[in-house]
Amino acid sequence: MNLFSFFRRRRSAPVARERLQVLLSHERGNGGDSELLAVLRDEILRVISAHLTIDDDKVQVKLERGQAVSLLEIDIEVPGRLDQQIRKRRRPAGPPLLPAPST
Amino acid sequence: MARVVVVTSGKGGVGKTTSTAALGAALAQAGEHVVVVDFDVGLRNLDLVMGAERRVVFDLINVVQGDARLHQALIRDKRIETLSLLPASQTRDKDALKPEGVAKVIAELREKFDWVICDSPAGIERGATLAMRHADIAVVVTNPEVSSVRDSDRIIGLLDSKTERAERGERIDKHLLLARYDAVRAARGEMLKVEDVLEILSIPLLGIIPESEDVLRASNLGVPVTLNNPASAPTRAYLDAARRLRGETVVMTFPSQKRSLISRLLGRKAIA
Ligand SMILES: Nc1ncnc2c1ncn2[C@@H]1O[C@H](COP(=O)(O)OP(=O)(O)OP(=O)(O)O)[C@@H](O)[C@H]1O
Ligand SMILES: [Mg+2]
Repeated sequence: MNLFSFFRRRRSAPVARERLQVLLSHERGNGGDSELLAVLRDEILRVISAHLTIDDDKVQVKLERGQAVSLLEIDIEVPGRLDQQIRKRRRPAGPPLLPAPST
Repeated sequence: MARVVVVTSGKGGVGKTTSTAALGAALAQAGEHVVVVDFDVGLRNLDLVMGAERRVVFDLINVVQGDARLHQALIRDKRIETLSLLPASQTRDKDALKPEGVAKVIAELREKFDWVICDSPAGIERGATLAMRHADIAVVVTNPEVSSVRDSDRIIGLLDSKTERAERGERIDKHLLLARYDAVRAARGEMLKVEDVLEILSIPLLGIIPESEDVLRASNLGVPVTLNNPASAPTRAYLDAARRLRGETVVMTFPSQKRSLISRLLGRKAIA
């Protein structure tokens, strides 16, 4: 055992403690966040697909849970130029997807 | 062609999850495309051992039930590009895992990866039988201790009857991974010897993983042991085991007896 491994040995338990604290604070209550994430993904995609044609296979949802902040990332790969993808007013009639901005 | 591996044991706490992470990482380090799949629904831990617990979005059950696409549930390892994790659900009950859904997911994983490594839950119930269902290769993790050996024997029986291969009349490749092996205690006659376990279970030996604090340290940090400490004894044992899984012939090294400080100073072996 050298000095380096001696210090590394002492460091692993605090890391474990910190990882568990973050994880459990997210897991407790409400039984986790996976349901919410599915709802968020679906609603965000619904809004976007009113304007762009999106392929389910090209949608990636990423998350990094943190103690103070979490980072939710939704990557949507759009082929070609964005302006060519825009479905100009071709949205089927129906209730508006977003509430009308209040004036 | 893709190979589906189940890491199983019957008995709990023998080192299945540790071994899934270590073998998965070892194969991926060798350039293979690997996915490790957690079948321990309700008690997932592979995400923690892999250090991906903060990044889980969707899980196996979301995919099985069609709530998420497979690629949305896969988590790419940040250290090894060719390694991915498919986490288990922490919240749903085990019955949400449906055989047809699992069959579909495994078939899809076979298309994407060279190795699909399934971390089985303990026991012989639904979760364990589903985890082994589509396996081509079984890694039976056993500790040199009576109840573990007995449970392994039981699991070997299930592998030979309840898997898809067995039902088709084909052979499933079974390997013994002897884990948490303590050479000092074995030499003292306090623990079953390697030969004893091999003789009783009579399946080929994939490797002997020594009992080591390096394993605990790696799981504290959320890094598969083969990545965290490349020079450690368990890493060497797992790397050799992974090479054997790939079909290489590697001479088996038996964990040596550790020499205590006192005996080292005296220039003698702890165990004669
Ligand atoms: N070679 C080893 N040396 C020391 N400790 C080990 C070794 N292998 C596993 N362990 C420890 O044993 C405990 C159980 O390991 P692990 O979670 O991998 O077992 P498991 O078979 O997956 O358990 P379960 O049946 O609950 O899923 C963990 O604390 C792990 O760190
Ligand atoms: Mg486990």
